[in-house]
Amino acid sequence: MAETLLSVRGLHAGYHDLKVLRGVDLDIAEGAVVAVLGGNGAGKTTLNKTLSGLLRPESGEIVFDGRRIDGESAAAIVSVGLIHVPEGRKLYPDMSVRENLELGAYKRGRPARARTLEHVLAVFPRLRERLSQRAGTLSGGEQQMVAIGRGLMGQPRLLILDEPSLGLAPRLVDEMFELIRRLNRDGTTILLVEQNVMQSLEIADIAHVMEHGALTLSGPARMLAEDSALAKAYLGM
Amino acid sequence: MLTPDILAAAVVNGLTTGAVYALIAVGLTLVYGVLHIVNFAHGAILAAAMFAAYFAFQYGVDPYVALAPLAVVFFGLGYAAQRLVIGPASHGEDRNVLLVTLGLSIVIENLLLAAFSSDTRSINTTYGFATIRLGPLFVSLPKAIGFGVSCAVGMTLWALLNYTDIGKAIRAVAKERMGARLVGIDPPHVFAVTFGLSAACLAIAACVLLPVYYVDPRVGEAYVLIAFTIVVLGGMGSIAGAMVGGLLIGVVESLSGLLLGDSLGQLGIYLIFILVLLLRPRGLFGATA
Repeated sequence: MAETLLSVRGLHAGYHDLKVLRGVDLDIAEGAVVAVLGGNGAGKTTLNKTLSGLLRPESGEIVFDGRRIDGESAAAIVSVGLIHVPEGRKLYPDMSVRENLELGAYKRGRPARARTLEHVLAVFPRLRERLSQRAGTLSGGEQQMVAIGRGLMGQPRLLILDEPSLGLAPRLVDEMFELIRRLNRDGTTILLVEQNVMQSLEIADIAHVMEHGALTLSGPARMLAEDSALAKAYLGM
Repeated sequence: MLTPDILAAAVVNGLTTGAVYALIAVGLTLVYGVLHIVNFAHGAILAAAMFAAYFAFQYGVDPYVALAPLAVVFFGLGYAAQRLVIGPASHGEDRNVLLVTLGLSIVIENLLLAAFSSDTRSINTTYGFATIRLGPLFVSLPKAIGFGVSCAVGMTLWALLNYTDIGKAIRAVAKERMGARLVGIDPPHVFAVTFGLSAACLAIAACVLLPVYYVDPRVGEAYVLIAFTIVVLGGMGSIAGAMVGGLLIGVVESLSGLLLGDSLGQLGIYLIFILVLLLRPRGLFGATA
């Protein structure tokens, strides 16, 4: 069994009076692809924001690579290598693609920036011809590439991908999942948060179903794929 | 009689005045672009910087010598004001920032009033009335220096925003705060640097203004009204817009002063202002979306 890279215990978080996460427990082994599935409003994005330090947890413990990171700033969490590619991409629209990518190495991976950029351009050859274009003028699929590329620029040890296939054309969705598989093969541990259940289960090692702010069903992805309880729990039919 | 020489002189005079307007406007537009608020303390900080330059002169330090150290000091003061006062007092709400800067301006102005009274003061330098010859024209030396310094600062600021890491971080925070945090940029630090840069620009403006202007605690108000016009004219948040808008307003003011007389000169500014807003509501360099 590989080392545990991320360990979450009893995580509670929310916005002001609105409690969203109610006791999340989650372990991610080094080198794994872990999928968290669930419908809208289940708390998936809140979980990501809490892990990456955008949102302060109310209680609970987050340990990354043997170090407590709950309550740390987003910048401190980036610098230990937990990098979050958000839903909706959150690019800097009037900066060039190159500037967007280079800012990915603002806090972490700075010395290797030029080399990592070459690596990212090898992963996304289409971005090479777009380097000086403003990020806001790209297509949705290309913007998603920039968002993931920006995440890779920080040399992630754990890459959180929040709905990477959302809003992409079906052909691009397939490409996206293939890409995630490839990134993982190259050694990046991945937490994949998706609404696209079947394709996520195909590439994940472990999967969890999130409902009402807690993980209600967990297991090897292959088993969940065949489990009729998943259809009930997740699809609600 | 309106000869080409007189017109040319008015244009040159307008450009030299306008460059300093631009320098004052650049800080205002930078803070607006990043924090999305109008800094109401801008004029008060300019007045404070002019007093600082004035007293430096009383101790034998020429404003042009005091320029660099005062820029550094005001960068630090601006950084601290945002980090320790404006930021914490506004609890992350942009509209509170607006009110806090308004409060800060009242405090600064009244401190200056209490300390130095409302007397207007000016300095006598050996070069105050010196001129340089530019073909058929004579240009006031301190105003020519002001023009050169302002343009240099504007270009430096532009280069800083486009080519340095902190500059790119500032631009990232301006448009996408969450995306900036996700790469490890610390927005409170970026806000404070932005405020510091704005205050440093004011300190530099103060040092080039003092040899040709007077100082009193309210001196900033007149400048900030014009600077705000320039910011809107150039496009809120646009550095290039503030530079071009500043020069344009300077020339318009100078020419309309020539044609309409001094007291009506300011009319030209607002005519142009209204025209630009009618024809191009986002300003000359405003973003299109």
